[in-house]
Amino acid sequence: MPKDITILAIESSCDETAAAVVRNGREVLSNVISSQIALHTLYGGVVPEIASRKHTEKITPVVSEALRTAGVSADDLDAVAVTYGPGLVGALLVGVSFAKAFAFAKGLPLVGVHHIEGHVAANYIQYPELEPPFACLVVSGGHTHLVETVDYGVFNIIGKTVDDAAGEAFDKVARAIGLGYPGGPKIDRKAREGDPDAILFPKAHVEGSPYDFSFSGLKSAVLNYLNHAKMAGQEVNDADLAASFQKAVVDVLTERAMEFVREKGYQKLAAAGGVASNSALRASLQAACSAENVEFYVPAPILCTDNAAMIGCAGYYEYLKGVRSDLSLNAVPNLKLGER
Amino acid sequence: MKILGIESASVTASAAILSDDVLLSEYTANYKKTHSETLLPMIREILAMTSTAPEELTLIAVSAGPGSFTGLRIGAAAAKGLAYALGIPIVPVPTLDAIAYNLAGSGDVLCPLLDARRGEVYSGLYEFTGGEFSVIREAEAVPLAEQVRRAEEAAKERGKAVTYLGDGLPVFRDRIRELTEGRAHFAPAHLRDQKAGSVAALGKALYEKGICSDAVDFIPVYLRKSQAEQEREAMGLSIEPALDPETKA
Repeated sequence: MPKDITILAIESSCDETAAAVVRNGREVLSNVISSQIALHTLYGGVVPEIASRKHTEKITPVVSEALRTAGVSADDLDAVAVTYGPGLVGALLVGVSFAKAFAFAKGLPLVGVHHIEGHVAANYIQYPELEPPFACLVVSGGHTHLVETVDYGVFNIIGKTVDDAAGEAFDKVARAIGLGYPGGPKIDRKAREGDPDAILFPKAHVEGSPYDFSFSGLKSAVLNYLNHAKMAGQEVNDADLAASFQKAVVDVLTERAMEFVREKGYQKLAAAGGVASNSALRASLQAACSAENVEFYVPAPILCTDNAAMIGCAGYYEYLKGVRSDLSLNAVPNLKLGER
Repeated sequence: MKILGIESASVTASAAILSDDVLLSEYTANYKKTHSETLLPMIREILAMTSTAPEELTLIAVSAGPGSFTGLRIGAAAAKGLAYALGIPIVPVPTLDAIAYNLAGSGDVLCPLLDARRGEVYSGLYEFTGGEFSVIREAEAVPLAEQVRRAEEAAKERGKAVTYLGDGLPVFRDRIRELTEGRAHFAPAHLRDQKAGSVAALGKALYEKGICSDAVDFIPVYLRKSQAEQEREAMGLSIEPALDPETKA
């Protein structure tokens, strides 16, 4: 029986300060998230300087709580994993600096983890039997990727957004109809009261790139629709608009993902990232997969949002491969998927 | 007592170990690499060089601001990670006080300067009288000309001259010469900038007076609010978050 590997993971790439203790990659002993949503709501989006300051306040209590609830002391740890990109540089630096100092003081190996690899790895926590290869749709506030997960931490990028990320489109449309920040959950809720077929919005195809996405045209179409209605003095049904916009996003994501799964003959499709919490997207992907006998995987919402358990999981597989980060590890705000 | 001093508030990165009254080691870099890349490797280096195990450290003295927001946070997060892992306290050392401490024993009024951008400097005024360090004026963000005027006034009242120092000096030296018609003294290169040895030494003095924080409570002194908060306040709006954002759609 091989020795257990217990990892402390830290995540601070955007507006959640998070720490987790994960054993052998998939057993989550604790998963603590301190969200700053209330602070940023006033500004209609994440303010990087405010986020960075809050991370600095919260980092020690959050790590301490993660160790306490896991019932683990620092001396029981085998490694420290930390998100080093992509994300907001000032926010990332808090987690990275703390993790480096903690690992150094305890003589523990340090593993820098790619935030998006973490999102994909959330599926390993949710489904203990899931192993690569599989197709994966990664959708969040900053990312929209269709990837092949070839092996743990090894990806082929098949398609990506050429402009806005899916989550960004949700935020912008939510702001335009006065729902405020964060847009994803608010549109999701509003859309439940509306008719998704009330308004027909365009579904952009990117010329010459069958698996790429584009959401800026859709966003503009929504804004134009609102503007037009305003000029004509017509009342807009926000629920119908939210539902119709959401359907346009969900349909495009589902169609692209299923086309790819079909072409490559994948039997498994996973979804990951904050937007994978969206109830319409989950339902649509599940239905499409069921219709074609493809196994569909999606983490529980708590593992879709930014969290450190997923970083601990991704970090575990990097640790097994022998990946170690030096104390000169820096935050890399624009880190690309597959880069190190 | 072994104190680790950490300084990353502005351009200079510096780390030092003070063992009671002996500065065991000090490592200072004024180089283009980011503090994130340099600070922890420097700390590892000076501990290894002096065969000091991290567990031997008893206190972390960290340059607490004001300064570059990002620089301060790199130092703060590193100090917290070390202090939390080792179970030792943190003593926050005001950055400008520590710079002035470089010139312990000087008979001049000391005016350390850091570039605060937007036409201002972070600066305070200090002096040593009878070997005792004292603060004439607390650190704040202030236009350079105003701070030079205050320094000159404080010096005149005391029959002293003013020595300017800090890593903001390369930016402001010529202007200070103009403003003071050549009366200004400038600290020499080896004493001019932030030094973790001074942070540790002043930190020790502060700690002995009972000033102390820890890995949970310590936060840097930014002096300025974020741009977004300043803009909201300028419009007369509250910067206090709503209690329950979910119900305030």
